[in-house]
Amino acid sequence: MNAPDVAIPFSHRQSAHCETGVLSNLLRHHGLEVSEPMVFGIGAGLFFGYFPFIRLNRLPLTAFRARTGAIMKRAVKRLGVALTWEKFRDPGKGMAVLDRKLLESVPVGCRTGAYWLSYFPERYRFHFNMHNLVVFGRRDGAYLVSDPVFPEPVLCPEEDLKKARFARGIMAPRGRMYYVTGMPSQPDLRGAVRRGITDVCRTMLKAPGPFLGVKGIRYLATSVERWAVRLEPRQAALRLGQVIRMQEEIGTGGGGFRFIYAAFLQEAAGLLQDDRLLTLSERMTAVGDRWREFALVGSRICKQRAGAAETYAGLADILRRCADAETGLYRDLAARMEATR
Amino acid sequence: MRQRDVPQDEGFNQGMREITYAVDDSGRYAGVPSVGWEPKTIANAQAWEVISENIRAQARLVREGRRSPLAYHMARHMMTIGLAADYVGLARWRVKRHLKPEVFAKLKPEILQRYADLFGLGIAALRQVPDPDADGQIR
Repeated sequence: MNAPDVAIPFSHRQSAHCETGVLSNLLRHHGLEVSEPMVFGIGAGLFFGYFPFIRLNRLPLTAFRARTGAIMKRAVKRLGVALTWEKFRDPGKGMAVLDRKLLESVPVGCRTGAYWLSYFPERYRFHFNMHNLVVFGRRDGAYLVSDPVFPEPVLCPEEDLKKARFARGIMAPRGRMYYVTGMPSQPDLRGAVRRGITDVCRTMLKAPGPFLGVKGIRYLATSVERWAVRLEPRQAALRLGQVIRMQEEIGTGGGGFRFIYAAFLQEAAGLLQDDRLLTLSERMTAVGDRWREFALVGSRICKQRAGAAETYAGLADILRRCADAETGLYRDLAARMEATR
Repeated sequence: MRQRDVPQDEGFNQGMREITYAVDDSGRYAGVPSVGWEPKTIANAQAWEVISENIRAQARLVREGRRSPLAYHMARHMMTIGLAADYVGLARWRVKRHLKPEVFAKLKPEILQRYADLFGLGIAALRQVPDPDADGQIR
């Protein structure tokens, strides 16, 4: 099919994480200036979950952010933005509808499988079906793509985008695409920020079961200690490496999203005119730095370059200090929201 | 993290910069480009080691006549039986059977074509197993 060339004027801004970057860029295109950290905070993106019973590459799953799509859904709801979602059974139709939207000058967000996106560095091409990007035009049989984790817009061949949008496997995107169909006349940013903060505090402190929130961090600490005793050194190192990757690989902004959240709290302090939030932002930065220390020491253990004091028990200790600091932080944050209501 | 502490360790990113959030001297947050961080490269390299080992192991099994070339191509594309079956639209047990050399050798062209399309190969190339350590088979 030969769809005509089209280029919607779209201002691409690089971000740390795909989902929040896509939404921030889309909202800005439609006239609402909301930064990536703001989207992350309003959408209550900060999270922790350790799921030993869910396996990714045969290793336990650790998550530092809310499940895919949840941040976007919560953020648009809290901001009063109308986002229309579509999915398709037939790839041909999915591509045709995308082309039609582009002709209407509507930039379109797509969920894709990163494995098929040839513009990715080879070593980041995994079967990961939750990568978001914005398509804003086409030229010579390729699509103009604003992929928020890349510094500049990229060209993606039609075949690649089709394969990526219709990737199979876990969380198959099924051609899912979305676009803004309504913007609020008077968005309630302050209310949205407050609801986002309250939401995160509740999940991190009160989510049921041992695997979620700060309890999940403690559970991971205990597990890390057990790995050292019960597993072969190589297997233990693989599990540890997986946690480090989830925490630091493309898209977390460093420290398992703790730094993005600290940036959000800083912005929220200005918006809500509450200097106490600045202090809480600094505390969140310190938590992020502690997570970085976990990754640093952990990677030395993986590489068998660890000093005598750097052991799995030591790592568990760092995790428990993260859990302690985060517990206090969410309590104070929740109390501050309550006090300034 | 302070902006001057944002790591710039060359590694897996092949020069691609990604955004890390860090504070400047006055404590203001901003997104700062980073070319990479060594702990991350170590963790990523470790994951690739497992994938590469599997590719080499499958190539060896194919050479020894214990697996069909399909096993190699699946390993190279990091596909489990479940994922490959999903892509080619066959039941898992059938894909599993196709890993046997004698079953694979008798496959109909129509089925071979599905696998060839999945891996972006011609049918002739699908029957071949290159040396995994040559021609960039291992990333």
